[in-house]
Amino acid sequence: MAKYEVNLKINNIPVTVEEGSTILDAAKKLNFRVPTLCQHPDLCVAGNCRVCVVEQKGAKALPAACATPVSEGMEIFTNSQKVRTARTHIIELLLSEHNSECTSCYKNGKCELQALANEYRVNENLFIKLVDKNTYTIDNFSPAIIKDDSKCIRCQRCVRTCASMQFVSALAVSHKGDKQKISTFFDKSMNDVVCTNCGQCVNRCPTGALVEKNYIDQVWDAVNNPKIHVVVQTAPSVRIGLGEDLGLEPGNRVTGKMVSALKRIGFDSVLDTDFSADLTIMEEGTELLTRLKKALVDKDETVALPMTTSCSPGWIKFIEHKYPSLLPNVSTCKSPQQMFGALAKTFYAQKKGLKVENMISVSIMPCTAKKYEADRPEMRSSGFKDVDYVLTTRELAMMIRQAGICFEDLPNEKYDSIMGESSGAAVIFGATGGVMEAALRTAYEIVTGREVPFANLDIVPVRGFEGIKEAKVLIKDVLPEWGFLEGAELSCAIAHGLANANKLMAAVVSGEVNYHFIEIMACPGGCLGGGGQPIPTSPEIRAKRMEAIYEEDANMAIRKSHENPEITAIYAEFLGKPNGHKSHELLHTHYVKRKGY
Amino acid sequence: MTDVNVIINEKIEKFGKERQALMPILQGIVADKNYITEDELLLVAETLDLSAADVYGTATFYTFLDVVPRGKYVIRVCKTISCHMAGKDQIIDTLEKTLSIKLGETTTDKKFTLLQANCMGWCHKGPVMLINDEVYPELTPEKAIAIIAEYIAK
Repeated sequence: MAKYEVNLKINNIPVTVEEGSTILDAAKKLNFRVPTLCQHPDLCVAGNCRVCVVEQKGAKALPAACATPVSEGMEIFTNSQKVRTARTHIIELLLSEHNSECTSCYKNGKCELQALANEYRVNENLFIKLVDKNTYTIDNFSPAIIKDDSKCIRCQRCVRTCASMQFVSALAVSHKGDKQKISTFFDKSMNDVVCTNCGQCVNRCPTGALVEKNYIDQVWDAVNNPKIHVVVQTAPSVRIGLGEDLGLEPGNRVTGKMVSALKRIGFDSVLDTDFSADLTIMEEGTELLTRLKKALVDKDETVALPMTTSCSPGWIKFIEHKYPSLLPNVSTCKSPQQMFGALAKTFYAQKKGLKVENMISVSIMPCTAKKYEADRPEMRSSGFKDVDYVLTTRELAMMIRQAGICFEDLPNEKYDSIMGESSGAAVIFGATGGVMEAALRTAYEIVTGREVPFANLDIVPVRGFEGIKEAKVLIKDVLPEWGFLEGAELSCAIAHGLANANKLMAAVVSGEVNYHFIEIMACPGGCLGGGGQPIPTSPEIRAKRMEAIYEEDANMAIRKSHENPEITAIYAEFLGKPNGHKSHELLHTHYVKRKGY
Repeated sequence: MTDVNVIINEKIEKFGKERQALMPILQGIVADKNYITEDELLLVAETLDLSAADVYGTATFYTFLDVVPRGKYVIRVCKTISCHMAGKDQIIDTLEKTLSIKLGETTTDKKFTLLQANCMGWCHKGPVMLINDEVYPELTPEKAIAIIAEYIAK
């Protein structure tokens, strides 16, 4: 049904928009920027910060542009004197309840409230500063996220993110009036509640109230210590996101420059998580085929199917809290980060003749949950903490700026060896559907001896931003040893964002759906939209990052995990075979049931 | 005191298992126990399939849904302007001395909690206090002492 069009005037300029549009949409269409704080392109309308108020001719009150639908004949002024005065007061009121120690704030220079205060040249002393009168706690018990209530302006972006995008609701609004705050259950630490550490709230917090716990100083200490050998691994999505935090447009692929920058910062060896992503495909693919064989041939009814992926630590914590009965369905494979960490302090150390106690292993991740994952007690297969420090894409950008490196002018350099070689199948781990595509490219070929039947190996049905995707692959003319799969149709599903994951899991539990293999990523769009990626984020930005990921894949010489020569070599030299004894010792893990809040 | 499961099930029967049952359940628990414990809030959240943080948020929004331990008798003295002008400060003073507690505290025998409240609509008969659900208007320090003595004797 066609939507009606509505005609209105903004700042005396006529504009026509679809009915149901907001004043903010109409203003945007005319390129008038109305400031916003609680509004976010990924979230529902809240209308609680009031900075987007505008003047409407004939109306007494100033409507909030983000929450007011347009109507026929409306005349709006986005920047009248009345609006400017009101807006300045609103910002001053917000600041009266905000700890404005900007110079020592982690978000200094990246804070939306600070930017507005700058733009509106606020008068600091007009309202009584309430911050000094209240007591606040800083919750820094979580290894991933710091919550500082003194910087919170109660815009509730985090609450909406946690509820609607992630279906976690670790954060909610508690108390009222001047006591109103964003709390967890009984105001416990974020570390003690259902929080998955996905960091989507951090991505959307306009101030410094929710930030990642940063390990920048520890990493500088390590790289500056000549006795320590520091290895760094970079996740697939970092190379397509990093540029945004260093002045480039979204969608820039900066792999070579990033490697260059890491070498200049002083890391002894710059290696690639993509290598262990390829390894994950070998391990997880083998695990899936083994489970299928047990179920189909041995008729073993204890085999848990569908099998789900385990790369996303946000997803792992989610299922541990919310669907503990499905834990046997989760692949026992560690995430690529942890596989890399375990191998860095065993295989790599042996090959390079290094003492493990003189090694520090750092990872650059698009993710805050990876910080929590690296801290899990299970992740010490080498006898040491396998990954010592996890930095987000944003922290790396900060280090690059601190190092005085002019990023745009850097030459493209190549990853070091060993554990620096990778395939296109690994880089697409960064996009929702990528692990599925990579797994299918390899598993199909193992079973049939032929490439997957898709042009250029691009398995298009598993790509894109649809919340839950499905794909079916018919397996025929198999190799003799895989006879039991002849004519079978492999049924797969993919979800990204935990709200979608929840829908899919509810359907699995109720038996409505029947899949063999499910890929889940906790963040919207997959890791490319991760909680450690540059801020801001929006559907448009994530779409550009996704394009860049598939471009990166298309430009790789090797496109399939099992063809990565370093993968073949590590199995021949060190691991034996996928899912073998050594693999189980180093590359696989187990999960724990957690409480429901 | 009634088992909390009984209260929850009673309210669910009447109001359904949806979100709209949340307030009656919380009110039911407070009516019976004067405050809601962490475990009870969690049980409510699990039963109604709501986020625990959300249930906590709802409970803390309402002054009368206490989530911190309260005495058997919760005294709430009106703090708004009419009662203030009618001498609520002397009443609070008297109560503090009589019960040997400060505002916001609970007696060691867990019998009384002393709190302030916003307007109860008894401005014409201030100062006024509430003990659980009972209203006591036109208070004087002497009257307040006598009322407390009755409750102590209970």
